[in-house]
Amino acid sequence: MPTNIPIVENILNANDRLAEENRARIDAAGVFSINILASPGAGKTSLIEQTLPLLKGKLRVAAIDGDIATSIDADRAAAAGAGAAIQINTGGDCHLDAVMLRGALEQLDLTQFDLLIVENVGNLVCPANFKLGTHKTVLVASVPEGDDKPYKYPGTYRGVDALVINKIDLLPYVNFRMDYFQQGVQVLNPGVTTFPLSCRTGEGLDAWVEWLIANSRKA
Amino acid sequence: MHELSVTQSLLKIALDHAEKANAQRITDLHIVMGELSSMVDDSIQFYWELIARDTIAEKAALHFRRVPAELQCMTCFHKYHPTDQELVCPQCGGVGAKIIAGEEFALESIDVE
Ligand SMILES: Nc1nc2c(ncn2[C@@H]2O[C@H](COP(=O)(O)OP(=O)(O)OP(=O)(O)O)[C@@H](O)[C@H]2O)c(=O)[nH]1
Ligand SMILES: [Mg+2]
Ligand SMILES: [Zn+2]
Repeated sequence: MPTNIPIVENILNANDRLAEENRARIDAAGVFSINILASPGAGKTSLIEQTLPLLKGKLRVAAIDGDIATSIDADRAAAAGAGAAIQINTGGDCHLDAVMLRGALEQLDLTQFDLLIVENVGNLVCPANFKLGTHKTVLVASVPEGDDKPYKYPGTYRGVDALVINKIDLLPYVNFRMDYFQQGVQVLNPGVTTFPLSCRTGEGLDAWVEWLIANSRKA
Repeated sequence: MHELSVTQSLLKIALDHAEKANAQRITDLHIVMGELSSMVDDSIQFYWELIARDTIAEKAALHFRRVPAELQCMTCFHKYHPTDQELVCPQCGGVGAKIIAGEEFALESIDVE
């Protein structure tokens, strides 16, 4: 006769434990770290490219870029002035996980940096399930994606600490109802810090950069 | 998708607990899966058949208990099921809700012999 063994163990526990180890390592170096999530093409790498020159002389920044293949994004971050840029190729996986981030952290001397920016794989669903150990998760939404995304990806929108709304230069050309979008955001994540901006025109980047600096000074 | 790594974790948790219980065989796994967990049971099943081979869980059946999403309005405390179109509270129109169910993804129990 079979016997039933009660378990109730979160299947992602192993990842969560490793994420805690990553956090301890980042904290020990006094670095502020963010995990950037977005759908493909929302402008994660563009945001990093536009942010780095504005942080020059203020914060020392390391970038870790996750992609299924290629080192294009890490190369872009390095060209924009990142003190170190490491590419993680997931080899097909749709998200970064704590093991992958640990491998990348091992290649960095974290004590040389104030801010660590991790660009996750472009995907609105899976990365939200895998904690990395970073301090804050930042979601980059973008105007051409449409204003219904909070409604379709509630798990992602509700778990983030800050929200960038990129490509606001396209608002005149796209039917994007900002109030409808914001209402969805407010239901899931009341009071979340929001940065509407454009990586094309630079509008709105100041507030975002201020936020990064303020948080990095605290770390 | 990430179901391969997830299925590996699932197998590991089950095998660890079966070993502790000195079980010969795992016959069933009971998994709870929330509507918002974004896991796909078909692909977990697919990977399971590949990776459980040659383990004591080889013939185990996977059972998925689904939990619907439930939100609670933080204004009037009404509980409701969100839809693709509407997230605001159907009772008071309030925004600002807490997810109280639907994000579960856990192994609840296993049956062993
Ligand atoms: N009009 C406009 N285009 C933008 C803006 N930001 C980024 N883009 C464009 O959007 C495209 C994608 O930008 P990326 O920065 O590569 O996007 P990503 O999120 O890093 O993409 P993946 O890493 O491939 O998922 C590029 O063609 C950018 O030039 C913006 O603010 N306005
Ligand atoms: Mg990119
Ligand atoms: Zn209400």
